[in-house]
Amino acid sequence: MNEHILSSLKTQFPESIEKSIEFRGDLTVQVRKQDIVRVCEFLKTDAEYAFDMIIDLSGVDMYRPEGRFEVVYNIYSLKNKKYLRLKVLVDEADPVVQTLGGVWSGAAWHEREAFDMFGIKFEGHPDLRRMYMPEEYEYYPMRKDFPLMGIPDSIPLPRR
Amino acid sequence: MGLDRLQQDGFLTTRLDEVINWARKNSLWPMPMGISCCAIEMMATAAPRFDISRFGSEVMRFTPRQCDVMIVAGTVTYKMAKVVRKIYDQMPDPKWVISMGACASSGGMFRSYPVVQGIDQFMPVDVFVAGCPPRPEALIQSLLVLQKKIEKDRTLGELLHGERIYLTGTGAVEPEGVA
Repeated sequence: MNEHILSSLKTQFPESIEKSIEFRGDLTVQVRKQDIVRVCEFLKTDAEYAFDMIIDLSGVDMYRPEGRFEVVYNIYSLKNKKYLRLKVLVDEADPVVQTLGGVWSGAAWHEREAFDMFGIKFEGHPDLRRMYMPEEYEYYPMRKDFPLMGIPDSIPLPRR
Repeated sequence: MGLDRLQQDGFLTTRLDEVINWARKNSLWPMPMGISCCAIEMMATAAPRFDISRFGSEVMRFTPRQCDVMIVAGTVTYKMAKVVRKIYDQMPDPKWVISMGACASSGGMFRSYPVVQGIDQFMPVDVFVAGCPPRPEALIQSLLVLQKKIEKDRTLGELLHGERIYLTGTGAVEPEGVA
C-alpha cells in the first residue's frame, strides 16, 4: 500500500514530493510547502485512498538555520484503515503555510494550536487566534529558544 | 461610657472578641475553588467518610457571595489567576484562604511558564496544605489550624476602628495607624 500511495503521489505531483521515509510500515512524505493543500485535496478526494480524517497536526521546532520549523500532518483513511504522515518545512523568516481548514475542517483547530505554540501562521485560516496563552501574549512558548520558566512579568498577575 | 473605654479595658474586649471569633470559626462556609485533582480529595473531605461538617464547614457554596473561606484546590495557571482573584474579590469580608496542595502553594511539579508558582503571588493565603494531593485528613487539619488563627483575631478592635486589623485573612501587612 505504501509504495502504491507514493508512486501515485509522484506521478500526480512530480515536483512536489521532496522526500519520503518508510519506518516500520509507516510512510512519511515530505511535501513542498506551496503544494500541501493540493496534495491533501488529492489524498482526500481520491476514491481509492480516501484519506478522510485528520488525526493530528503539529508543529516541530528543529532549531536549525534552514527550514527551522516542520508542520506534521497525520491523516487517516477509514476505508483502508491506513495512516499517512505528511511533512512541510517552514523557514523562520517566513513562517507561513496555507491552511488545511478547507480540506478537513478539523485541521483548523490544530492549526490554531500550532500558531499559539510555534508562531507558524496559517494563511486563509478562518479564526487564527491564540488558544492557550493570553490573547496579548507576545511569545511562542514551544520554540526551542523560549526559556522553560517563561519571560518574567510577560503575563500580568492581579495585584496582591 | 463610650466604646473607647471598653477597648482600653482588657477584660471585656477580650471576651467579646472571643464570642465573635467563636461564632465565626465554627461555621466557615467554603468556596470550593476546585481546579484540578486536589478537588477530588476536597470532595472526599465533604463526603460522609471524612465529613467536614463535623467542623462546621459542610456548606460548600458555589457562589462567592455566601462564602467565608476559599479552598484553592489545584493548579493555578496565569490565565486562571485572574478568575481566582476575581472570585476572591467577590467574597464578603471577613474571608480566608486555604491553599490546598503543592500546585496551589508552589506550582508543584509544574515548574514551567504557564503555571503561577504559588497563589500567594496574587492573593493572600492563610494556610498552606502540603501534599500531592493532600489527604482529606490534611485538609481537615488545615481547617482546624485556620480555626485556631481566627480565635486570635482582634475582631472587636477591627469593628471599632472601622477597618480590618490584618492578623489573619487579607494579607500579613497591617494598615497604617493601627498598632
